[in-house]
Amino acid sequence: MVRFIGKRIFYMLITLLVIASFTFFLMKLLPGTPFNNEEKLTAEQKTMLYQKYGLDKPVPVQYLNYLGKLAKGDFGVSFQQDNRSVTTIITERIGPSAVLGIEATIVGTIIGLFMGIIAALRSNTWIDYWTSIVAVLGISIPSFVFAGALQYFVGVKLRWLPVAQWEGPEYHVLPTLSLAVFVVATVARFMRTEMLEVLGQDYITTAKSKGIANSVVVMKHTVRNALIPVVTILGPLAVNLITGTLIIEQIFAVPGLGSQFVSSIQQNDFPVIMGTTIFYSTAFIIVILIVDILYGVIDPRIRVAGGKE
Amino acid sequence: MKRILDVKNLNVSFHTFAGEVKAVRGVNIHLDKGESLAVVGESGSGKSVTSKAIMRLLPEKTSEIKEGQILFEGKDLARLSNREMEKIRGSEISMIFQDPMTSLNPTMTIGKQIMEGLRKHQNLSKQEAKERAINLLKLVNIPNPELRVNEYPHQFSGGMRQRVVIAIALACNPKVLIADEPTTALDVTIQAQILDLMRDLQEKTGTAIILITHDLGVVANLSQRVAVMYGGTIVETGTTDEVFYNPKHPYTWGLLASMPKLDAKDKELLAIPGTPPNLLKPPVGCPFAARCPHAMQVCTDHMPDATELSSTHQAACWLLDERAPKVEPPEAAVVGGAR
Repeated sequence: MVRFIGKRIFYMLITLLVIASFTFFLMKLLPGTPFNNEEKLTAEQKTMLYQKYGLDKPVPVQYLNYLGKLAKGDFGVSFQQDNRSVTTIITERIGPSAVLGIEATIVGTIIGLFMGIIAALRSNTWIDYWTSIVAVLGISIPSFVFAGALQYFVGVKLRWLPVAQWEGPEYHVLPTLSLAVFVVATVARFMRTEMLEVLGQDYITTAKSKGIANSVVVMKHTVRNALIPVVTILGPLAVNLITGTLIIEQIFAVPGLGSQFVSSIQQNDFPVIMGTTIFYSTAFIIVILIVDILYGVIDPRIRVAGGKE
Repeated sequence: MKRILDVKNLNVSFHTFAGEVKAVRGVNIHLDKGESLAVVGESGSGKSVTSKAIMRLLPEKTSEIKEGQILFEGKDLARLSNREMEKIRGSEISMIFQDPMTSLNPTMTIGKQIMEGLRKHQNLSKQEAKERAINLLKLVNIPNPELRVNEYPHQFSGGMRQRVVIAIALACNPKVLIADEPTTALDVTIQAQILDLMRDLQEKTGTAIILITHDLGVVANLSQRVAVMYGGTIVETGTTDEVFYNPKHPYTWGLLASMPKLDAKDKELLAIPGTPPNLLKPPVGCPFAARCPHAMQVCTDHMPDATELSSTHQAACWLLDERAPKVEPPEAAVVGGAR
């Protein structure tokens, strides 16, 4: 297990290096410069600025310099925000994003699993049909449309919850719901299919033939086996949540990393773009690693195969 | 001998999009204490459905016991509530399934799978149940049971898994064990081992066995009585000797004739021509009439009643009527030599 994780971390680092390199060169292709009101600056001032941030050197040299600093854990300083370090910006901004993402994952997965299980146990009844309708809507309606609708009806018309901002627990409800809809829909659809598949398996008949109660058959024998394939979609769901937060944070004015990422691209704030990209990539790769470890926890067949390696 | 299970006029239907499939039509079987009965027949003859009906394991939404009684020690299982049935399943009547590769839960240790029934029916503590599970594994000849009890099904071979399935079925000392093609999915050497084990265990525990199979070789090995099923009905029933050495129904003849024989090296394998009847529209008369070489007009028009040939031997065939022509069983259906 330790060796497995060690190997995975090594691959993770390589992946990150590739992502960092690609982002660096793509970023250099962006039009414009990182400095505001550049036309008002004199040629001398410009040269000084470029020299200060090392932008006067050829791109490959800049790239190697950046990697060198990165290896030491130095993400550089922001061009826009009074030379604050990128690390500070990320640590300040990550809180709301992480809270939002985790809340949406937990709420979405729990509701999704519950809906999927109920739909499978009551397959081809009105409960099942309604779950299918909700799932199809949840997957096909983009989260920002749903966010807008929630803001208008729940926030503006009914005045039950605040429309935007990020101040107390009541501010979390709408953005979390908007993000969770897709998770609910995906998980519910998957879980329903897998539950039906597992319920048709021979070992469920064996379990029933032992005379154990139906609820035990469902909880102990069916759900666990149905969960194995569902874990697979948690990876893609994580991507969706990460890109989802970018938009949802903008709509609900959540002071998270997503909105910072978007504005840094608009302003050509190179070190912040690099920093947030690497941060998001790391988060994503770690989620995938966790998913792989989860597999082993749920499925003993995979656990043993990994152990023998 | 004490009668333990008596199935009377059992009718089971499945509701499908195409209509009602009458899978089992008026089956009568009985089982005495400690006895072993084989139910033979080809795929779709209703033998598995009959066994699942006894266990009440048929899908609730799509199937229905239309008529008949399943008397187990005087209780009619067909009328019990699910909760009452749970108490009987696994403790009084249990079942072994066809495919050991799929009939164990892949994410649960085999120990836990054996213990589940024990804890439910006998209220054992975890420790006691585990000890009993280890003993059961020993009983079915699994080496190192103390270690194996904590392993998962994928760490067992097919034959080993079937032993585990048998251990699960025998956990609570059931009075009736239904084995639904227990050796079909295993290779031949393992088949013999499993059959030996089952015979051995029957002697030790005195459990009555209903063996569902299409393999007549297995029947001769394990069972005292045989019921031959075709088209959802029982066409012939008797002791194993009666059915093997004095078969009366043309379908039984066909089955016996189609058994490959070791001495018939160059002969073709015999098959019964035709296909089983469509149970969406079951025939009015004898279900075998369409494939029977001796079929008469009456066979397609009227269902034959069971004719008593001895106190144990019955066959449902119009040839046994006194007005019918005398027909001898074909050469190939004669099982050579007395046992």
